[in-house]
Amino acid sequence: MDLLLASLVDGFLLGFIYGIAAMGLTLIWGVMNVINLSHGPIIALGMFTTYLLFMSLGIPPYIGVLLAAVIGLILGVIIYLIAVQRVIDAPHLSSLLATFAVNMIIIGIGTAIFTTSPRNVDFRLGALTLGSITLQYTRIIAALIAILVTGGLYYFLYRTRLGKYIRAVANNRSAAELVGIPSNRVVAISFGLGTMLAAIAGALIATFLPFTILAGGTYETKSFVISVLGGLGNPVGALIGGLILGLLEGIIPAFTQTTWVPVIEFVLFVIILLVRPNGLFGAKE
Amino acid sequence: MNTLRNHLGLIASLVIVVLIGLGPIVSQNAASREVAFTVLRAIALASGLNILLGYTGYVSFGHIVFFGLGGYIGLYMITAQGQSLWVAMLLAGLSSAILAFLLGKSILRLRGAYFALATIGVNEAVRAFINNFEPFGGPIGMSVNFGVYQKYGGAMQALNMSFYVMLALTIVVVIMSYLVKTSKFGLGLLAIREDEDAAEVMGVPAPDSKTWAYVLSAIIPGMVGALFFFKNGSIEPAEAFPLHTSIEMIVMVMLGGQGTVLGPLLGAAGYQRLRGLLLINPLFKNIQLAVSGVVLLIVILFIPAGVVGWLRRRWPQWRRVLQ
Amino acid sequence: MILQIQGVSKNFGGLQALQNVTFDLPEGQILGLIGPNGAGKTTLFNVINGVYLPSKGRIIFQGEDVTHRNTTYMAHKGLARTHQIVKPLNDMTVLENVMVGACFGREGHGLAQARKIAHEVLEFIGLSERADQLASSLNVAQKKRLEMARALASRPYLLLLDEVLAGLNPSEIDHMVDVVKRIREQGITIIMIEHVMHAIMNVSDRILVLDYGQQIAEGSPEEVSNNPKVIEAYLGDPKLAQRLMEGAE
Repeated sequence: MDLLLASLVDGFLLGFIYGIAAMGLTLIWGVMNVINLSHGPIIALGMFTTYLLFMSLGIPPYIGVLLAAVIGLILGVIIYLIAVQRVIDAPHLSSLLATFAVNMIIIGIGTAIFTTSPRNVDFRLGALTLGSITLQYTRIIAALIAILVTGGLYYFLYRTRLGKYIRAVANNRSAAELVGIPSNRVVAISFGLGTMLAAIAGALIATFLPFTILAGGTYETKSFVISVLGGLGNPVGALIGGLILGLLEGIIPAFTQTTWVPVIEFVLFVIILLVRPNGLFGAKE
Repeated sequence: MNTLRNHLGLIASLVIVVLIGLGPIVSQNAASREVAFTVLRAIALASGLNILLGYTGYVSFGHIVFFGLGGYIGLYMITAQGQSLWVAMLLAGLSSAILAFLLGKSILRLRGAYFALATIGVNEAVRAFINNFEPFGGPIGMSVNFGVYQKYGGAMQALNMSFYVMLALTIVVVIMSYLVKTSKFGLGLLAIREDEDAAEVMGVPAPDSKTWAYVLSAIIPGMVGALFFFKNGSIEPAEAFPLHTSIEMIVMVMLGGQGTVLGPLLGAAGYQRLRGLLLINPLFKNIQLAVSGVVLLIVILFIPAGVVGWLRRRWPQWRRVLQ
Repeated sequence: MILQIQGVSKNFGGLQALQNVTFDLPEGQILGLIGPNGAGKTTLFNVINGVYLPSKGRIIFQGEDVTHRNTTYMAHKGLARTHQIVKPLNDMTVLENVMVGACFGREGHGLAQARKIAHEVLEFIGLSERADQLASSLNVAQKKRLEMARALASRPYLLLLDEVLAGLNPSEIDHMVDVVKRIREQGITIIMIEHVMHAIMNVSDRILVLDYGQQIAEGSPEEVSNNPKVIEAYLGDPKLAQRLMEGAE
């Protein structure tokens, strides 16, 4: 019972981080109807940013997260300008493959530099004991940062001019252009924000789980599942979807082997696509 | 003579396949035979995928699921049931067809990116399931007992035979691809690709046509899977369902030109050749994947119709050959 | 009666796009469907050919209740249509576009026969020289003719024409009107939606007027253009009202 509770809470905390990774994916879909297949490698780059800063310069991981965010944002804008901009109105296949090409480039270079051997940020803050359950502080802080990032994103989207522009473009790009919103720049920044969220998620995961340069792939597919669960293009849905997935990952091992988790996840994913393609909480049309 | 002229597109494609196959047959060199096997495998997988992707316009990101499933069914038949390679390949093709039929009845309702995501989901779900499925060896997979190859005249002979079977399968898939493209059924598929709603208004039975296109595109990859893992001697989940290879199949189709018979063939051969060259070049060896990515990006951004599509537009009078 | 529409309504959420539309269409007639923008004309087409299910009412095509049938079924039964916003199969040749109609329409021909029919239809409609070009390379007027050709190649009993004259210049309009008349001579029944009043008044046997989804008038071109309700419906657009009057002369 205690074990179940501990794994539930662990899953819940992890869910916030899944949530922001998926929010990145879903934001990009919502604004420009592009599924970003370079999401995973960006998550991995976030992981390596924290890792390198900490291991070689001793910079605390949470400052590393900040830097990962900046790198994620800049990289996203560059990816958009080079690879996505030209194919944004082309059939879906083009944008899927263009972002996959970026995926190959990042993974190719990343593998050459870092190899595929597992890494671990050797950083411990001890654990919090509540009654019979023990929680790693690193996980708690990571979840708190994820909540903070979510709040920040909401403030940005609903309270700032640029955020309102983004929502306007997501709603109707040509109408937004008519009222004088520089839509291309807004779309570029949205792409950057999406990849920034991915990089932050990666940076946070690195503080408490081991990883390789290829690890982003797993979190990318999880992000697909979550985005569809919450409704593609719906950021709140993504957060709730992340929590659901986190909790599922916490509960399932109590009843069966951990190896069944992905089976259940992906079967659920396909079923939701078929029965409720707009997700549980409605998608952006 | 006239009928020959009418089928120039098919003949051109078959000549290329046979030339690729002939190299190692003439030289009797085992290394070049392995290279040719890989190229033929790529052609067969890409041409199969092209029936759905190129003709029908549905982007299957998880098409490798049929290759993996075929491999597992095939190896199970060979190792656990003691069946011959032929029975194994037949059943592998059949199971892939059945899976494709069921998927066709369900996920082909989804359009665009939703369909692409669903195919990824299906591949990952099947992979994760087989990882837990004890009759198929779970995460360890299955391996072929060395004695099995005795039936085919020993391991060396079995390798050699696999090559000829691969060549035959590739020829079959190219002919199939051509027959579909030039049939009434194929005309309906092209109409669906261009505008599914308009096609239905004109009477194209879209749901059924799409399902059969999916089935046809799955059979050969299933059989190739059985053959490949028979030759390989073992199978495990990560090898059988690599999403990465799945997307590479799409890249090959795009590179050569989707929706043409010749395109996937040239795309697959070209992509494999490029990769081979990069792998032996000391400078590019380590960043082979990144260079492939750059090539893909350039193709997507600047020649989205692929090489054959571009040629068809550049020299319309050659369309008969560039089918 | 080739087509009977009985009390057909269609709602989209709260919007009543069609309210209780009822009419019978005898074989061989041309029925003109007019009304201000947003009156529900295209929606009526979509309900007839099975793109939408009606919320209420029945549709009888050649004596068969086809209310719940889909577009493919209707095409096989001998119903063909054109689209207001043209839908060419871009990356296929003009000939192939028309062959799709012949292959999958009412008669369901094989490729060889379909190719023959497609050439005949292209000749009839005046697109023969373009047969081997890609559909995407046509201009708007040619794309409208392509839509007609595809529909005709299916050898329909009933043809729904959705604004085939819109965006054409006067000489192109004359050509198209001529084509429509010749199609009728082949015994094909036609319903056409049109805003070019003089043309539709000239070519139709009967006119049906829709306004906000309601059927406000029906009758011969003269009756309809003198109907006060119709003139009122068009009052928002005085020019249109005037054109309506002119058309009847």
